[in-house]
Amino acid sequence: MHIEKDLVAASATPLVLGILADGDLHGYAILKRVGELSGGRMQWTDGMLYPLLHRLERNGWVRAEWGVSDAGRKRKHYALTASGREVLVERQAQWDVVGDTLRQVWNTLRGPEAAGAWA
Amino acid sequence: MSEQFSVDERSGLENQIDQWRAWVLRRRAITPDDAAELEDNLRGRVADLRAGGLDDDEAFLVAVKRMGNLDDVSREFAREHSDRLWKQLVLVPEAPAEADRRWRDLGVLIGLAVGAGIAVKSLLALGDDEAFGLNVAFAVLPFLAAYFAWSRRLPGRVATVLVGMTAAVAVAVNLYPFVVTDGSPGMTYVLTATHLPVLLWLLLGVAYTGGAWREHARRMDFVRFTGELVIYFALIALGGGLLIGLLFGVFGVVDIEIEPFVQGWLMPFAVPGAFLVAAWLVEAKKSVVENMAPVLTRVFTPLTLVLLVAAFVALLAGGPLTAVDRNLLILMDAILLLVLALLLYSISARDPLSPGRPFDWLQLALVAAAFAVDVVALTAMVARIADAGWTANKTAALGLNLVLLVHLLGTGWLLWQFLRRRGTFDAVERWQTRYLPVYAAWAAIVVLVFPPVFSFA
Repeated sequence: MHIEKDLVAASATPLVLGILADGDLHGYAILKRVGELSGGRMQWTDGMLYPLLHRLERNGWVRAEWGVSDAGRKRKHYALTASGREVLVERQAQWDVVGDTLRQVWNTLRGPEAAGAWA
Repeated sequence: MSEQFSVDERSGLENQIDQWRAWVLRRRAITPDDAAELEDNLRGRVADLRAGGLDDDEAFLVAVKRMGNLDDVSREFAREHSDRLWKQLVLVPEAPAEADRRWRDLGVLIGLAVGAGIAVKSLLALGDDEAFGLNVAFAVLPFLAAYFAWSRRLPGRVATVLVGMTAAVAVAVNLYPFVVTDGSPGMTYVLTATHLPVLLWLLLGVAYTGGAWREHARRMDFVRFTGELVIYFALIALGGGLLIGLLFGVFGVVDIEIEPFVQGWLMPFAVPGAFLVAAWLVEAKKSVVENMAPVLTRVFTPLTLVLLVAAFVALLAGGPLTAVDRNLLILMDAILLLVLALLLYSISARDPLSPGRPFDWLQLALVAAAFAVDVVALTAMVARIADAGWTANKTAALGLNLVLLVHLLGTGWLLWQFLRRRGTFDAVERWQTRYLPVYAAWAAIVVLVFPPVFSFA
Protein backbone atom coordinates (compact mmCIF):
# COMPACT_ATOMS: atom_id res chain seq x y z
CA MET A 1 0.00 0.00 0.00
CA HIS A 2 1.36 3.41 -0.88
CA ILE A 3 1.51 5.78 2.05
CA GLU A 4 2.05 9.45 1.41
CA LYS A 5 5.61 10.76 1.86
CA ASP A 6 4.72 13.36 4.50
CA LEU A 7 2.88 10.82 6.57
CA VAL A 8 5.81 8.41 6.44
CA ALA A 9 8.16 11.20 7.48
CA ALA A 10 5.96 12.30 10.37
CA SER A 11 5.44 8.81 11.75
CA ALA A 12 9.03 7.60 11.29
CA THR A 13 10.49 9.16 14.44
CA PRO A 14 7.91 7.83 16.93
CA LEU A 15 7.96 4.46 15.16
CA VAL A 16 11.72 4.05 15.40
CA LEU A 17 11.82 5.30 19.00
CA GLY A 18 8.97 2.97 19.92
CA ILE A 19 10.63 -0.02 18.28
CA LEU A 20 13.91 0.74 20.05
CA ALA A 21 12.06 1.00 23.38
CA ASP A 22 11.72 -2.80 23.15
CA GLY A 23 15.47 -3.29 22.93
CA ASP A 24 18.62 -2.42 20.98
CA LEU A 25 18.55 -3.14 17.26
CA HIS A 26 20.61 -2.55 14.15
CA GLY A 27 19.20 -0.66 11.19
CA TYR A 28 18.01 -3.54 9.08
CA ALA A 29 16.33 -5.18 12.08
CA ILE A 30 14.37 -1.96 12.63
CA LEU A 31 13.21 -2.05 9.01
CA LYS A 32 12.18 -5.67 9.37
CA ARG A 33 10.26 -4.85 12.52
CA VAL A 34 8.38 -2.05 10.72
CA GLY A 35 7.49 -4.53 8.01
CA GLU A 36 6.29 -7.12 10.54
CA LEU A 37 4.26 -4.65 12.60
CA SER A 38 2.47 -3.27 9.55
CA GLY A 39 1.98 -6.70 8.04
CA GLY A 40 4.15 -5.59 5.13
CA ARG A 41 1.87 -2.70 4.28
CA MET A 42 4.40 -0.09 5.34
CA GLN A 43 7.59 -0.27 3.31
CA TRP A 44 10.25 2.33 3.93
CA THR A 45 12.99 3.07 1.49
CA ASP A 46 15.84 1.25 3.24
CA GLY A 47 18.47 3.94 2.69
CA MET A 48 16.36 6.70 4.19
CA LEU A 49 16.34 5.08 7.63
CA TYR A 50 20.01 5.85 8.26
CA PRO A 51 19.98 9.64 7.95
CA LEU A 52 16.95 9.53 10.26
CA LEU A 53 18.81 7.38 12.80
CA HIS A 54 21.74 9.78 12.68
CA ARG A 55 19.44 12.69 13.36
CA LEU A 56 17.96 10.91 16.37
CA GLU A 57 21.50 10.24 17.54
CA ARG A 58 22.51 13.88 17.12
CA ASN A 59 19.48 14.92 19.17
CA GLY A 60 20.63 12.53 21.87
CA TRP A 61 17.49 10.40 21.64
CA VAL A 62 19.31 7.23 20.64
CA ARG A 63 22.87 6.06 21.24
CA ALA A 64 24.77 4.19 18.57
CA GLU A 65 27.56 1.73 19.02
CA TRP A 66 29.58 -0.26 16.56
CA GLY A 67 29.55 -3.97 17.12
CA VAL A 68 30.10 -7.10 15.09
CA SER A 69 27.42 -9.11 13.31
CA ASP A 70 27.16 -12.91 13.38
CA ALA A 71 28.99 -12.97 10.06
CA GLY A 72 31.84 -10.99 11.64
CA ARG A 73 31.09 -7.72 9.88
CA LYS A 74 30.92 -4.23 11.37
CA ARG A 75 27.39 -3.47 12.49
CA LYS A 76 25.97 -0.41 14.21
CA HIS A 77 23.47 -0.94 17.02
CA TYR A 78 21.04 1.68 18.20
CA ALA A 79 19.62 2.01 21.71
CA LEU A 80 17.05 4.39 23.18
CA THR A 81 18.39 6.95 25.68
CA ALA A 82 16.58 8.46 28.65
CA SER A 83 15.79 11.65 26.74
CA GLY A 84 14.65 9.51 23.80
CA ARG A 85 12.21 7.82 26.14
CA GLU A 86 10.86 11.22 27.20
CA VAL A 87 10.41 12.24 23.57
CA LEU A 88 8.65 8.96 22.88
CA VAL A 89 6.13 9.61 25.66
CA GLU A 90 5.57 13.11 24.31
CA ARG A 91 5.09 11.89 20.74
CA GLN A 92 2.78 9.14 21.90
CA ALA A 93 0.53 11.71 23.57
CA GLN A 94 0.52 13.80 20.39
CA TRP A 95 -0.31 10.85 18.18
CA ASP A 96 -3.05 9.76 20.56
CA VAL A 97 -4.74 13.12 20.07
CA VAL A 98 -4.34 12.94 16.30
CA GLY A 99 -5.56 9.33 16.17
CA ASP A 100 -8.49 10.09 18.43
CA THR A 101 -9.58 13.07 16.39
CA LEU A 102 -9.23 11.21 13.13
CA ARG A 103 -11.24 8.28 14.44
CA GLN A 104 -14.11 10.61 15.30
CA VAL A 105 -13.95 12.16 11.84
CA TRP A 106 -14.03 8.70 10.27
CA ASN A 107 -17.04 7.86 12.42
CA THR A 108 -19.01 10.92 11.32
CA LEU A 109 -18.09 10.07 7.73
CA ARG A 110 -19.44 6.60 8.22
CA GLY A 111 -22.52 7.95 10.05
CA PRO A 112 -24.62 9.34 7.15
CA GLU A 113 -23.85 6.30 5.02
CA ALA A 114 -25.14 4.03 7.72
CA ALA A 115 -28.22 6.23 8.07
CA GLY A 116 -28.81 5.98 4.31
CA ALA A 117 -28.68 2.22 4.52
CA TRP A 118 -31.39 2.24 7.18
CA ALA A 119 -33.76 4.48 5.31
CA MET B 1 30.01 -28.88 -11.02
CA SER B 2 27.01 -27.32 -9.44
CA GLU B 3 29.14 -26.42 -6.41
CA GLN B 4 31.70 -24.75 -8.66
CA PHE B 5 28.86 -22.73 -10.18
CA SER B 6 27.47 -21.64 -6.83
CA VAL B 7 30.93 -20.56 -5.66
CA ASP B 8 31.18 -18.46 -8.79
CA GLU B 9 27.82 -16.99 -8.07
CA ARG B 10 28.78 -16.18 -4.53
CA SER B 11 31.90 -14.37 -5.68
CA GLY B 12 29.66 -12.73 -8.26
CA LEU B 13 27.51 -11.39 -5.45
CA GLU B 14 30.59 -10.19 -3.54
CA ASN B 15 31.74 -8.51 -6.73
CA GLN B 16 28.42 -6.81 -7.15
CA ILE B 17 28.45 -5.63 -3.56
CA ASP B 18 31.99 -4.32 -4.01
CA GLN B 19 30.92 -2.36 -7.05
CA TRP B 20 27.86 -1.09 -5.25
CA ARG B 21 29.97 0.05 -2.28
CA ALA B 22 32.38 1.92 -4.56
CA TRP B 23 29.41 3.55 -6.22
CA VAL B 24 27.94 4.59 -2.86
CA LEU B 25 31.28 5.99 -1.68
CA ARG B 26 31.50 8.26 -4.71
CA ARG B 27 28.96 10.45 -2.94
CA ARG B 28 30.90 12.60 -0.55
CA ALA B 29 28.00 13.08 1.85
CA ILE B 30 28.29 9.36 2.63
CA THR B 31 31.25 8.39 4.77
CA PRO B 32 32.83 4.91 4.79
CA ASP B 33 31.02 4.26 8.10
CA ASP B 34 27.67 5.14 6.55
CA ALA B 35 28.51 2.93 3.58
CA ALA B 36 29.32 0.06 5.96
CA GLU B 37 25.96 0.58 7.63
CA LEU B 38 24.13 0.61 4.31
CA GLU B 39 26.08 -2.45 3.19
CA ASP B 40 25.03 -4.30 6.33
CA ASN B 41 21.45 -3.47 5.44
CA LEU B 42 21.95 -4.62 1.84
CA ARG B 43 23.47 -7.91 2.97
CA GLY B 44 20.63 -8.51 5.43
CA ARG B 45 18.06 -7.83 2.74
CA VAL B 46 19.87 -10.08 0.22
CA ALA B 47 20.09 -12.92 2.74
CA ASP B 48 16.35 -12.68 3.52
CA LEU B 49 15.41 -12.54 -0.16
CA ARG B 50 17.60 -15.56 -0.94
CA ALA B 51 16.01 -17.45 1.92
CA GLY B 52 12.72 -16.56 0.25
CA GLY B 53 13.82 -18.36 -2.91
CA LEU B 54 15.42 -15.68 -5.09
CA ASP B 55 18.82 -16.29 -6.65
CA ASP B 56 21.78 -14.02 -5.94
CA ASP B 57 21.28 -11.72 -8.90
CA GLU B 58 17.59 -11.24 -8.27
CA ALA B 59 18.10 -10.78 -4.55
CA PHE B 60 20.84 -8.22 -5.16
CA LEU B 61 18.74 -6.26 -7.63
CA VAL B 62 15.69 -6.17 -5.37
CA ALA B 63 17.82 -5.23 -2.35
CA VAL B 64 19.46 -2.38 -4.25
CA LYS B 65 16.06 -1.21 -5.39
CA ARG B 66 14.75 -1.29 -1.83
CA MET B 67 17.69 0.86 -0.76
CA GLY B 68 16.12 3.67 -2.77
CA ASN B 69 17.50 6.23 -5.16
CA LEU B 70 21.06 6.84 -3.98
CA ASP B 71 20.94 10.49 -5.00
CA ASP B 72 17.98 11.00 -2.68
CA VAL B 73 19.59 9.02 0.11
CA SER B 74 22.84 10.94 -0.23
CA ARG B 75 20.91 14.22 -0.17
CA GLU B 76 19.27 13.12 3.07
CA PHE B 77 22.66 12.30 4.55
CA ALA B 78 23.98 15.69 3.49
CA ARG B 79 20.97 17.45 4.97
CA GLU B 80 21.43 15.65 8.27
CA HIS B 81 25.21 16.15 8.37
CA SER B 82 25.50 19.72 7.27
CA ASP B 83 29.16 19.67 8.23
CA ARG B 84 29.65 17.20 5.42
CA LEU B 85 27.50 19.28 3.15
CA TRP B 86 29.95 22.04 3.87
CA LYS B 87 32.86 19.92 2.71
CA GLN B 88 31.30 19.06 -0.57
CA LEU B 89 30.45 21.54 -3.19
CA VAL B 90 27.43 19.77 -4.57
CA LEU B 91 25.18 17.26 -2.94
CA VAL B 92 25.06 14.92 -5.85
CA PRO B 93 27.15 14.93 -8.99
CA GLU B 94 25.53 17.51 -11.17
CA ALA B 95 25.74 18.08 -14.88
CA PRO B 96 29.09 19.28 -16.25
CA ALA B 97 27.55 22.77 -16.21
CA GLU B 98 28.84 22.80 -12.61
CA ALA B 99 32.39 23.56 -13.78
CA ASP B 100 31.13 26.37 -16.01
CA ARG B 101 29.18 27.78 -13.09
CA ARG B 102 32.28 27.96 -10.95
CA TRP B 103 34.08 29.99 -13.59
CA ARG B 104 31.08 32.24 -14.03
CA ASP B 105 31.02 32.74 -10.26
CA LEU B 106 34.68 33.70 -10.33
CA GLY B 107 34.01 36.15 -13.17
CA VAL B 108 31.23 37.86 -11.23
CA LEU B 109 33.38 37.90 -8.12
CA ILE B 110 36.36 39.51 -9.86
CA GLY B 111 34.00 42.16 -11.21
CA LEU B 112 32.74 42.83 -7.68
CA ALA B 113 36.32 42.87 -6.33
CA VAL B 114 37.23 45.58 -8.84
CA GLY B 115 34.12 47.45 -7.73
CA ALA B 116 35.24 47.21 -4.09
CA GLY B 117 38.70 48.43 -5.13
CA ILE B 118 37.21 51.46 -6.91
CA ALA B 119 35.06 52.22 -3.85
CA VAL B 120 38.07 52.05 -1.50
CA LYS B 121 40.17 54.13 -3.87
CA SER B 122 37.49 56.83 -4.13
CA LEU B 123 37.14 56.85 -0.35
CA LEU B 124 40.90 57.34 -0.01
CA ALA B 125 40.77 60.10 -2.58
CA LEU B 126 38.62 62.12 -0.17
CA GLY B 127 41.73 62.40 2.01
CA ASP B 128 39.70 62.32 5.21
CA ASP B 129 41.02 59.73 7.66
CA GLU B 130 37.98 59.82 9.92
CA ALA B 131 35.55 59.32 7.04
CA PHE B 132 37.74 56.48 5.74
CA GLY B 133 37.69 54.68 9.10
CA LEU B 134 33.92 54.90 9.31
CA ASN B 135 33.19 53.93 5.73
CA VAL B 136 35.81 51.41 4.65
CA ALA B 137 33.58 48.51 5.74
CA PHE B 138 30.74 50.02 3.70
CA ALA B 139 33.07 50.15 0.71
CA VAL B 140 33.99 46.44 0.80
CA LEU B 141 31.38 44.29 2.53
CA PRO B 142 28.36 45.22 0.35
CA PHE B 143 30.24 43.84 -2.66
CA LEU B 144 30.72 40.51 -0.91
CA ALA B 145 27.08 40.61 0.20
CA ALA B 146 26.09 41.26 -3.40
CA TYR B 147 28.03 38.17 -4.45
CA PHE B 148 26.16 36.03 -1.94
CA ALA B 149 22.84 37.60 -2.84
CA TRP B 150 23.55 36.72 -6.44
CA SER B 151 24.92 33.22 -5.96
CA ARG B 152 22.23 32.24 -3.43
CA ARG B 153 19.31 33.96 -5.15
CA LEU B 154 18.51 35.96 -2.03
CA PRO B 155 14.76 36.73 -1.81
CA GLY B 156 14.03 40.32 -2.80
CA ARG B 157 12.33 41.11 0.49
CA VAL B 158 15.36 40.07 2.56
CA ALA B 159 17.70 41.97 0.24
CA THR B 160 15.58 45.10 0.58
CA VAL B 161 15.62 44.90 4.38
CA LEU B 162 19.40 44.33 4.40
CA VAL B 163 20.08 47.26 2.07
CA GLY B 164 17.72 49.44 4.09
CA MET B 165 19.38 48.58 7.43
CA THR B 166 22.89 49.05 6.05
CA ALA B 167 21.97 52.38 4.48
CA ALA B 168 20.34 53.58 7.71
CA VAL B 169 23.47 52.71 9.72
CA ALA B 170 25.70 54.37 7.12
CA VAL B 171 23.67 57.58 7.17
CA ALA B 172 23.53 57.62 10.98
CA VAL B 173 27.26 57.18 11.64
CA ASN B 174 28.19 59.69 8.94
CA LEU B 175 25.83 62.30 10.36
CA TYR B 176 27.03 61.83 13.95
CA PRO B 177 28.99 64.96 14.97
CA PHE B 178 32.04 63.13 16.42
CA VAL B 179 34.22 65.45 18.46
CA VAL B 180 37.78 65.82 17.14
CA THR B 181 40.32 67.31 19.51
CA ASP B 182 43.79 68.30 18.25
CA GLY B 183 43.24 66.31 15.07
CA SER B 184 42.68 63.01 16.90
CA PRO B 185 39.15 61.61 17.10
CA GLY B 186 37.46 60.82 20.41
CA MET B 187 36.61 57.53 22.07
CA THR B 188 33.13 57.13 20.67
CA TYR B 189 34.47 57.54 17.12
CA VAL B 190 37.01 54.77 17.67
CA LEU B 191 34.37 52.53 19.24
CA THR B 192 31.96 53.09 16.37
CA ALA B 193 34.65 52.51 13.75
CA THR B 194 35.79 49.24 15.39
CA HIS B 195 32.34 47.81 16.11
CA LEU B 196 30.84 48.75 12.75
CA PRO B 197 32.59 45.97 10.77
CA VAL B 198 31.29 43.39 13.27
CA LEU B 199 27.73 44.60 12.83
CA LEU B 200 28.06 44.64 9.04
CA TRP B 201 29.72 41.22 9.05
CA LEU B 202 26.78 39.68 10.91
CA LEU B 203 24.36 41.40 8.53
CA LEU B 204 26.43 39.88 5.73
CA GLY B 205 25.77 36.54 7.39
CA VAL B 206 22.09 36.96 6.54
CA ALA B 207 23.02 37.26 2.87
CA TYR B 208 25.42 34.33 3.23
CA THR B 209 22.64 32.07 4.48
CA GLY B 210 20.49 33.11 1.54
CA GLY B 211 17.92 34.56 3.94
CA ALA B 212 17.64 31.36 6.02
CA TRP B 213 19.51 33.01 8.90
CA ARG B 214 17.25 31.52 11.52
CA GLU B 215 18.41 27.99 10.74
CA HIS B 216 21.04 26.59 13.06
CA ALA B 217 22.86 24.68 10.32
CA ARG B 218 23.14 27.71 8.04
CA ARG B 219 24.46 29.85 10.88
CA MET B 220 27.07 27.20 11.59
CA ASP B 221 28.04 27.29 7.92
CA PHE B 222 28.58 31.01 8.28
CA VAL B 223 30.82 30.44 11.32
CA ARG B 224 32.85 27.92 9.33
CA PHE B 225 32.99 30.30 6.42
CA THR B 226 34.31 33.07 8.67
CA GLY B 227 37.02 30.85 10.14
CA GLU B 228 38.22 29.58 6.79
CA LEU B 229 38.08 33.07 5.32
CA VAL B 230 40.47 34.33 8.00
CA ILE B 231 42.91 31.51 7.18
CA TYR B 232 42.72 32.00 3.41
CA PHE B 233 43.04 35.76 3.75
CA ALA B 234 46.06 35.39 6.04
CA LEU B 235 47.70 33.03 3.53
CA ILE B 236 47.04 35.36 0.62
CA ALA B 237 48.23 38.37 2.65
CA LEU B 238 51.47 36.55 3.54
CA GLY B 239 52.13 35.70 -0.08
CA GLY B 240 51.15 39.18 -1.22
CA GLY B 241 53.40 40.77 1.40
CA LEU B 242 56.31 38.68 0.19
CA LEU B 243 55.70 39.70 -3.43
CA ILE B 244 55.46 43.38 -2.53
CA GLY B 245 58.68 43.11 -0.51
CA LEU B 246 60.44 41.64 -3.54
CA LEU B 247 58.92 44.34 -5.73
CA PHE B 248 60.33 47.04 -3.45
CA GLY B 249 63.70 45.29 -3.46
CA VAL B 250 63.96 45.05 -7.23
CA PHE B 251 62.79 48.61 -7.91
CA GLY B 252 65.08 49.87 -5.14
CA VAL B 253 68.05 48.31 -6.91
CA VAL B 254 67.25 50.15 -10.14
CA ASP B 255 66.37 53.31 -8.20
CA ILE B 256 62.77 53.67 -9.25
CA GLU B 257 60.45 55.13 -6.64
CA ILE B 258 57.56 52.68 -6.49
CA GLU B 259 56.03 53.50 -3.13
CA PRO B 260 53.45 56.02 -4.43
CA PHE B 261 52.14 53.42 -6.84
CA VAL B 262 51.99 50.69 -4.18
CA GLN B 263 50.37 52.99 -1.61
CA GLY B 264 48.04 54.80 -3.97
CA TRP B 265 46.95 52.12 -6.39
CA LEU B 266 48.14 48.63 -5.57
CA MET B 267 46.95 48.38 -1.95
CA PRO B 268 43.47 49.91 -2.41
CA PHE B 269 42.73 47.29 -5.04
CA ALA B 270 44.81 44.36 -3.76
CA VAL B 271 43.50 44.22 -0.19
CA PRO B 272 39.74 44.21 -0.93
CA GLY B 273 40.48 41.99 -3.94
CA ALA B 274 42.35 39.48 -1.79
CA PHE B 275 39.48 39.54 0.68
CA LEU B 276 36.84 38.76 -1.95
CA VAL B 277 38.99 36.15 -3.66
CA ALA B 278 39.60 34.51 -0.28
CA ALA B 279 35.82 34.37 0.19
CA TRP B 280 35.44 32.75 -3.20
CA LEU B 281 38.21 30.25 -2.43
CA VAL B 282 36.46 29.23 0.79
CA GLU B 283 33.34 28.53 -1.24
CA ALA B 284 35.08 26.73 -4.08
CA LYS B 285 37.74 24.76 -2.22
CA LYS B 286 36.03 23.84 1.00
CA SER B 287 37.67 20.47 1.36
CA VAL B 288 41.19 21.92 1.20
CA VAL B 289 41.17 23.99 4.38
CA GLU B 290 38.70 21.71 6.10
CA ASN B 291 41.56 19.32 6.84
CA MET B 292 43.56 22.14 8.40
CA ALA B 293 40.97 23.27 10.92
CA PRO B 294 41.30 20.29 13.29
CA VAL B 295 45.10 20.51 13.09
CA LEU B 296 45.17 24.24 13.80
CA THR B 297 42.82 23.98 16.76
CA ARG B 298 44.82 21.09 18.17
CA VAL B 299 47.99 23.14 17.97
CA PHE B 300 46.57 26.36 19.38
CA THR B 301 44.22 25.08 22.07
CA PRO B 302 47.01 23.80 24.36
CA LEU B 303 49.16 26.86 23.61
CA THR B 304 46.32 29.21 24.52
CA LEU B 305 45.69 27.24 27.69
CA VAL B 306 49.34 27.79 28.68
CA LEU B 307 48.96 31.51 27.91
CA LEU B 308 45.86 31.72 30.11
CA VAL B 309 47.45 29.91 33.03
CA ALA B 310 50.46 32.24 32.76
CA ALA B 311 48.12 35.25 32.68
CA PHE B 312 46.26 33.96 35.72
CA VAL B 313 49.46 33.55 37.73
CA ALA B 314 50.70 36.96 36.61
CA LEU B 315 47.44 38.63 37.59
CA LEU B 316 47.45 37.10 41.05
CA ALA B 317 51.17 37.38 41.77
CA GLY B 318 52.04 40.68 40.12
CA GLY B 319 50.95 44.10 41.35
CA PRO B 320 48.98 45.33 38.33
CA LEU B 321 45.65 44.52 39.96
CA THR B 322 45.97 47.66 42.05
CA ALA B 323 46.88 49.77 39.06
CA VAL B 324 44.55 48.29 36.49
CA ASP B 325 43.13 50.53 33.84
CA ARG B 326 41.05 50.05 30.77
CA ASN B 327 44.06 48.59 28.95
CA LEU B 328 43.78 45.49 31.09
CA LEU B 329 40.09 45.33 30.33
CA ILE B 330 40.76 45.59 26.61
CA LEU B 331 43.49 42.97 26.92
CA MET B 332 41.02 40.66 28.67
CA ASP B 333 38.54 41.21 25.87
CA ALA B 334 41.22 40.28 23.36
CA ILE B 335 42.05 37.08 25.25
CA LEU B 336 38.40 36.09 25.62
CA LEU B 337 37.79 36.83 21.95
CA LEU B 338 40.72 34.61 21.02
CA VAL B 339 39.48 31.79 23.24
CA LEU B 340 35.96 32.04 21.83
CA ALA B 341 37.16 32.21 18.25
CA LEU B 342 39.26 29.12 18.88
CA LEU B 343 36.32 27.34 20.52
CA LEU B 344 33.84 28.29 17.82
CA TYR B 345 36.25 27.24 15.12
CA SER B 346 36.97 23.84 16.63
CA ILE B 347 33.30 23.26 17.45
CA SER B 348 32.35 24.04 13.87
CA ALA B 349 34.94 21.58 12.59
CA ARG B 350 33.96 18.75 14.93
CA ASP B 351 31.72 15.85 14.03
CA PRO B 352 28.84 16.27 16.52
CA LEU B 353 28.26 12.51 16.59
CA SER B 354 31.68 11.43 17.78
CA PRO B 355 31.82 10.73 21.52
CA GLY B 356 33.74 12.81 24.06
CA ARG B 357 37.50 12.72 23.56
CA PRO B 358 40.48 13.93 25.61
CA PHE B 359 40.64 16.98 23.34
CA ASP B 360 37.14 18.00 24.48
CA TRP B 361 38.39 17.98 28.07
CA LEU B 362 41.24 20.21 26.99
CA GLN B 363 38.71 22.62 25.56
CA LEU B 364 36.76 22.58 28.78
CA ALA B 365 39.99 23.36 30.64
CA LEU B 366 40.52 26.27 28.24
CA VAL B 367 37.05 27.62 28.99
CA ALA B 368 37.58 27.22 32.74
CA ALA B 369 40.97 28.96 32.62
CA ALA B 370 39.59 31.84 30.54
CA PHE B 371 36.73 32.17 32.99
CA ALA B 372 39.06 32.22 36.01
CA VAL B 373 41.33 34.85 34.46
CA ASP B 374 38.37 36.97 33.49
CA VAL B 375 36.74 36.85 36.91
CA VAL B 376 39.94 38.05 38.58
CA ALA B 377 40.35 40.89 36.11
CA LEU B 378 36.67 41.84 36.19
CA THR B 379 36.53 42.10 39.98
CA ALA B 380 39.45 44.50 40.01
CA MET B 381 37.96 46.42 37.13
CA VAL B 382 34.50 46.91 38.53
CA ALA B 383 35.98 48.25 41.75
CA ARG B 384 38.09 50.71 39.76
CA ILE B 385 35.22 51.85 37.60
CA ALA B 386 33.06 52.37 40.66
CA ASP B 387 35.76 54.78 41.93
CA ALA B 388 36.78 56.49 38.71
CA GLY B 389 33.45 56.64 36.90
CA TRP B 390 32.22 55.42 33.56
CA THR B 391 33.69 56.40 30.23
CA ALA B 392 32.63 55.20 26.79
CA ASN B 393 35.72 53.01 26.48
CA LYS B 394 35.33 51.37 29.87
CA THR B 395 31.63 50.77 29.33
CA ALA B 396 32.21 49.25 25.90
CA ALA B 397 35.04 47.06 27.16
CA LEU B 398 33.05 45.95 30.20
CA GLY B 399 29.94 45.27 28.13
CA LEU B 400 31.86 43.19 25.61
CA ASN B 401 33.47 41.37 28.51
CA LEU B 402 30.07 40.43 29.91
CA VAL B 403 28.77 39.36 26.49
CA LEU B 404 31.82 37.14 26.03
CA LEU B 405 31.62 35.82 29.57
CA VAL B 406 28.02 34.66 29.20
CA HIS B 407 28.91 32.98 25.91
CA LEU B 408 31.87 31.26 27.54
CA LEU B 409 29.89 30.18 30.59
CA GLY B 410 27.15 28.64 28.48
CA THR B 411 29.69 26.82 26.33
CA GLY B 412 31.58 25.54 29.36
CA TRP B 413 28.42 24.30 31.06
CA LEU B 414 27.10 22.50 27.96
CA LEU B 415 30.53 21.02 27.24
CA TRP B 416 30.66 19.74 30.83
CA GLN B 417 27.20 18.20 30.45
CA PHE B 418 28.27 16.59 27.18
CA LEU B 419 31.44 15.14 28.66
CA ARG B 420 29.48 13.72 31.58
CA ARG B 421 27.10 12.16 29.02
CA ARG B 422 24.23 14.26 30.32
CA GLY B 423 23.89 16.26 27.13
CA THR B 424 24.72 16.17 23.45
CA PHE B 425 27.36 17.98 21.48
CA ASP B 426 24.52 19.26 19.36
CA ALA B 427 23.43 21.35 22.33
CA VAL B 428 26.94 22.89 22.49
CA GLU B 429 26.71 23.73 18.79
CA ARG B 430 23.24 25.19 19.02
CA TRP B 431 24.25 27.44 21.89
CA GLN B 432 26.97 28.94 19.67
CA THR B 433 24.65 29.78 16.81
CA ARG B 434 21.86 30.93 19.09
CA TYR B 435 24.22 33.38 20.73
CA LEU B 436 25.45 35.02 17.50
CA PRO B 437 22.66 37.64 17.35
CA VAL B 438 23.76 38.89 20.79
CA TYR B 439 26.99 40.07 19.20
CA ALA B 440 25.08 41.83 16.45
CA ALA B 441 22.88 43.52 19.06
CA TRP B 442 25.86 44.59 21.18
CA ALA B 443 27.75 45.91 18.14
CA ALA B 444 24.63 47.83 17.10
CA ILE B 445 24.35 49.38 20.57
CA VAL B 446 27.99 50.49 20.56
CA VAL B 447 27.77 51.84 17.01
CA LEU B 448 24.43 53.62 17.26
CA VAL B 449 23.65 54.30 20.94
CA PHE B 450 27.07 54.99 22.48
CA PRO B 451 27.97 58.14 20.51
CA PRO B 452 24.85 60.12 21.51
CA VAL B 453 24.90 58.78 25.10
CA PHE B 454 28.54 59.82 25.60
CA SER B 455 27.96 63.07 23.68
CA PHE B 456 30.19 62.09 20.75
CA ALA B 457 33.32 62.64 22.86
